[in-house]
Amino acid sequence: MGLFVSEANQFSQSTWSVSELTAYIREMFAIDYRLQDVTVGGEISNFTRARSGHLYFTLKDAGAQIKCVMWRSAAERLFFEPGEGDAVLANGRISVYEAGGVYQLYAERLQPAGRGNLAVAFEQLKQRLADEGLFDPEHKKPIPLTPHKIGIVTSADAAALRDILNVLNRRYPLVEVLIAPTLVQGAEAPPQIVRALQWLDGRTDIDTIIVARGGGSIEDLWAFNDERVARAIFAAQHPVITGVGHETDFTIADFVADRRAPTPSAAAELATPDIEEIRPLLAGYQAMLQSEMQDLIRQKQWQVQTLVRALSHLSPQGRLDNNRQRLDVTLARLDRAMNHRLAQEQGRLAVAVAGLTAVSPLATLSRGYAIVRLRENGRVVRSISHVASGDSLTVQVSDGQFDVRVGD
Amino acid sequence: METEKDLQSLSFEEALQELELIVARLEDGELTLDESLALFERGQKLAERCNKQLSQATLRIEQLTADGEIVELPSP
Repeated sequence: MGLFVSEANQFSQSTWSVSELTAYIREMFAIDYRLQDVTVGGEISNFTRARSGHLYFTLKDAGAQIKCVMWRSAAERLFFEPGEGDAVLANGRISVYEAGGVYQLYAERLQPAGRGNLAVAFEQLKQRLADEGLFDPEHKKPIPLTPHKIGIVTSADAAALRDILNVLNRRYPLVEVLIAPTLVQGAEAPPQIVRALQWLDGRTDIDTIIVARGGGSIEDLWAFNDERVARAIFAAQHPVITGVGHETDFTIADFVADRRAPTPSAAAELATPDIEEIRPLLAGYQAMLQSEMQDLIRQKQWQVQTLVRALSHLSPQGRLDNNRQRLDVTLARLDRAMNHRLAQEQGRLAVAVAGLTAVSPLATLSRGYAIVRLRENGRVVRSISHVASGDSLTVQVSDGQFDVRVGD
Repeated sequence: METEKDLQSLSFEEALQELELIVARLEDGELTLDESLALFERGQKLAERCNKQLSQATLRIEQLTADGEIVELPSP
């Protein structure tokens, strides 16, 4: 109370500086607990977003207005983009901006007026996109069973990402991961999510994209009810799996995604096979390879055997054997025929010999007769007129012959 | 075979796919013994390769930075 103390004071009171007074007024607000946590409904006007990220606006109704400020830290958590004319509920505390001489609402939270409006907006967007066919099953792309690289759109330092990475590492460490970090809540989140999604989708080394966010309030998850995000998911060339919030949270992004997982971890599970299921699959393939090969070899062996049998029927060896046998049979028949014939002839010969013996001169000779022949010509001498003195004669007796000469 | 690539250059999923294809072709039959044997040998090698990859794998993680660069992060 320095400057004016010594002055003559016609108000017969001590005087305050403006700062003192303003500080006092500010204190008055501070001690009213109702003004430290107050929710007020009104329409936004004079909305400005400063370069610093702080929001300045006025809330008004038909009869009054109040200045509002929302610091960047709170503005970043907004799940919608406030704008001129919006009917909103603002929550915060009332205090005094001393340099400006104004009291104002320091807003911590802001939401479209009436909690029901969120649900209405949600249903309206959902219906509109459904009518456009964005949720139709024929647009759902299949998720690759064994992805090579998975793109992840999520907050870089959130538990959701750690959950996803842990699941991927446990289930299918063969996969590669490319993270495109984004804000996942607040008014800035939707365009960031769209950019991250489009960046990943433009890459050729990506098989599947996971869009994820951990659990939170409906306002926290609101970025995933944004039409821009929904359309970006729909436009993606690669299959997109959403894992937003908890089991019971459904967002627009979930409806338009190719697969909706109830949580980020579940999204990682949908995106990958389990290595423990692949091992037996591989073992099964190996066993099938073996058995197919054995079957084939058995089958070929049987074919070969069949052919060998067929061949042996047709081979010249068979015919040769056949002919050889015919020859043997024929030869045997020939033998038999010859022997028969021989026996016959021998019989005839014996008969003839017997006949011969009966007329043989040998019998006569053995009784002392002799046969005399001219030696010269072998003629039998039957008369003395047949011989002349000096002729040589052969005399045959029963056991031989000898020569004689005719005497005078 | 038209797609017989060098075994070491195959990714796990490529190797697994080729193995599935080979099993299916062997099941179909209609192959000569030589073809079958070649497929069988290839299949065995693919299965070994897959098993080896399964037992050696560690998650590889990359992240896009604010500067638009891609940096590698440690495995979890």
